[in-house]
Amino acid sequence: MFEALLFYTFSALAVFAGAMVITRRNAASSAIALVASFFCLASMYAMLGAHFVAVIQILVYAGAIMVLFIFVIMVLNLREDNDPGWNLSPRAVLGAGVGGLVGLTVFVGASAARSMAFVPTDKLDPNFGTIEQIGYTLFSGRYLLPFEVVSALLTVAVVGAVVLAKKEL
Amino acid sequence: MEQVGLFPVLAVSAALFLLGVIGVLTRRNILIVLMSVELMLNAVNLSFVAFARHHGTLDGHVFAVFVMAVAAAEAGVGLALVILLYRNRHKVDLDDLNLLKG
Repeated sequence: MFEALLFYTFSALAVFAGAMVITRRNAASSAIALVASFFCLASMYAMLGAHFVAVIQILVYAGAIMVLFIFVIMVLNLREDNDPGWNLSPRAVLGAGVGGLVGLTVFVGASAARSMAFVPTDKLDPNFGTIEQIGYTLFSGRYLLPFEVVSALLTVAVVGAVVLAKKEL
Repeated sequence: MEQVGLFPVLAVSAALFLLGVIGVLTRRNILIVLMSVELMLNAVNLSFVAFARHHGTLDGHVFAVFVMAVAAAEAGVGLALVILLYRNRHKVDLDDLNLLKG
């Protein structure tokens, strides 16, 4: 009961913070709202038994990625008065409407799914979601090649970011 | 989380994803568009984690970690592009970038 209450509180907060992200004119306010949304999501991950993902969410997302965003906002000195505002062309509104329709379809499809219950907690592996178990899944067999490809991707991204942002090589 | 079930989690995920889509389509500030993309990636991560709990397997968690790595790469390159853009045009307006528009 208490857990359900906690879940609904955090989900309402996450959606509210998400709405704040896309409505604030000041990019710094958006970034802070996004951090709040990430924290709510991290708590939901923890409730869903994804302890490692919850920690990574705080460390990598709320920590590293958002600091990068806020750093760029500060460097560019973005304020409310130089925000370009909204693009409410018919095409954009239509796109959002179609997106909403697709979302609604997924919604209805999900509600018609066979079984919506979670595996009972006492039947779940006690090590579910720990770093040890994720390590076994990640490094034994199927996900080893994707993992190596991700490391290559990160290297390419670092080199690309330096090449793009440097004034003269 | 047994009393909650899968559906409310997916509903939150869908709502966050939709907010991200609306942000990408309607905002003209390139930084806020990038943040909306991050919001969408997080909504997908929530779905992955919820389905992992639903099935009692860890593959969803592994995918969530991969998505985070891709998001980090995307944020790095995207923000470098934003800085480059601002240096050349002194604006962060996406509607300003219509050179390749048909």
